Amino acid sequence: MDSYNKVEYLEKKAKELRKTIIDMIYHAQSGHPGGSLSIADIVTALYFDELNIDPKNPKWEERDRVILSKGHVCPAIYGALAMKEYFPYEEIYTLRKINSRLQGHPDMKKTPGLDMTTGSLGQGLSVGVGMAIAAKFDKKPYRTFVILGDGELQEGQVWEAAMSAAKYKLDNLIAFVDVNNLQVDGCCDDIMSVKPIVPKWKDFGWEVFEIDGHNMEAIVKTLEEIKNVKGKPICIVMNTIKGKGVSYMEGVCKWHGQAPNTEEYNIAIEEIMR
Amino acid sequence: MEKKGTRDAFGEVLCELGRENDKIFVIDADISASTKTTKFYELFPDRAFDIGIAEQNAAGIAAGLATTGKIPFISTYAVFGSMRMLEQIRTSICYPNLNAKIAVSHGGLTPGNDGPTHQAIEDFGIMRSIPNMTVIMPGDYYAVKKLVRKAAEMYGPVYLRFTRDSIPVIYTPEDEFEIGKGKRIKEGNDISIIAIGDMVYAALQAAEKLNEMGISAEVIDMHTLKPLDADIVKEAIDKTGKIITVEDHNIINGLGSAISEVVAETGKGIVRRVGINDTFAESGEYTLLLEKYGLDSNNIVIKAKEILRL
Repeated sequence: MDSYNKVEYLEKKAKELRKTIIDMIYHAQSGHPGGSLSIADIVTALYFDELNIDPKNPKWEERDRVILSKGHVCPAIYGALAMKEYFPYEEIYTLRKINSRLQGHPDMKKTPGLDMTTGSLGQGLSVGVGMAIAAKFDKKPYRTFVILGDGELQEGQVWEAAMSAAKYKLDNLIAFVDVNNLQVDGCCDDIMSVKPIVPKWKDFGWEVFEIDGHNMEAIVKTLEEIKNVKGKPICIVMNTIKGKGVSYMEGVCKWHGQAPNTEEYNIAIEEIMR
Repeated sequence: MEKKGTRDAFGEVLCELGRENDKIFVIDADISASTKTTKFYELFPDRAFDIGIAEQNAAGIAAGLATTGKIPFISTYAVFGSMRMLEQIRTSICYPNLNAKIAVSHGGLTPGNDGPTHQAIEDFGIMRSIPNMTVIMPGDYYAVKKLVRKAAEMYGPVYLRFTRDSIPVIYTPEDEFEIGKGKRIKEGNDISIIAIGDMVYAALQAAEKLNEMGISAEVIDMHTLKPLDADIVKEAIDKTGKIITVEDHNIINGLGSAISEVVAETGKGIVRRVGINDTFAESGEYTLLLEKYGLDSNNIVIKAKEILRL
């Protein structure tokens, strides 16, 4: 696929993923749409292009790993896994319900294709460090991708992990920071600012890229560029819009953890598929 | 009486395991000299990670390693291993039931003169309430050697607790241990003393003193706090009906509580608990602290007399 067609293909898949996210949260009448939509583009680029994975063999030892450190936005990952046929697509309608394999926050022991259990913020990057160390020790080429939120950077453990990744020169570890500027109680800058974000990661010894997290062309190009980085962990700071793709959710704090009603659902689907 | 370091035993057996199995990894948080893992660093530098004063990160890294089939041992002090990285142990290790081990020295009052900041008297209770977790405190140097090996061989998270100060040797290199099975180390018919870790020796001493008074006490080393060997407790209930528990831990939520749960559910038998009486201790020499806070054979004898109405 040439790069123009690839971007177009991924943009189409990102729409499908956004629709799936809204579908499952609407049916669950519970979940976190805002942050799921802000990471939908990077998740699409990973699962439909970048990752070396085999949906028929979710535990394949050589696979690339993904850790959703901001675990509450798991509808984005569940959607991608469903679209990749890790499990029957209809299962998305069981999200957050009793006896479901799709827990409210990611459970690696229940959902095929999940590489780590997360949901308590701040813990994922450390786990990624452990996986990346193991890959180096085993001389295996797989990479570990960790998705963090900007509010999550308030957790001290993230910076403990950042230090250790640089110490061990983990160029097989890639952290994405989803800078959607909002957290549960309000704007990150009002609650506890973590800015400036790019210099922080640079100072901690990471190779840092800053992109528009909704520009598929930029995402694809950056995922290529990072392959040249040697001897340092990689951080991709993505400027995003919480709720991206649904006008009334964009940049509105209350859509962090609220499900749409029927009217809102219909508007959301119409806007996404437009 | 010969004393030997339980943390030394841990350092030694870790090297043996490391030699036999290249899946064994060690993660330290700046106190490797104290937790006795330095030799492992010399022998297996590519499997040893000193990640600095960052215990939460240590737990996360261990979880990540475990997802790839490695068997990581996090090595730190009991206070930090049970509390500073508690939620990481609970959510990143125990919830996904990953095969990571948390091995801690400085359990109970054993850090003595370091004072209450470094004395872990809550860790048994905390660790035993987490699903999937196994909790072990071996009774001496030789028990550490065997039980650390068993912990490495079993799948799943294990909390292994050792002492800072050396403690009396009560076993031989030939003694065997099974995780989840209490070890009756002295027979007796009148009363049962069930102890864990550094208190097993005090229990033996108390049994001797009681013997001189004509009281026949059995002693059980309950090295595995969880899963608790309920069968051996029930045997004690049937045989003597009178149980004294002894632990270097707060009297709340540790061995005494775990055994009381079994006794209460059987509906017969009496328990008296010897432990730290829900208070922070203080700096001081370990053995003197044990005396002051009632963790010695004299206090066990007092409790035995109480329970026997002598």
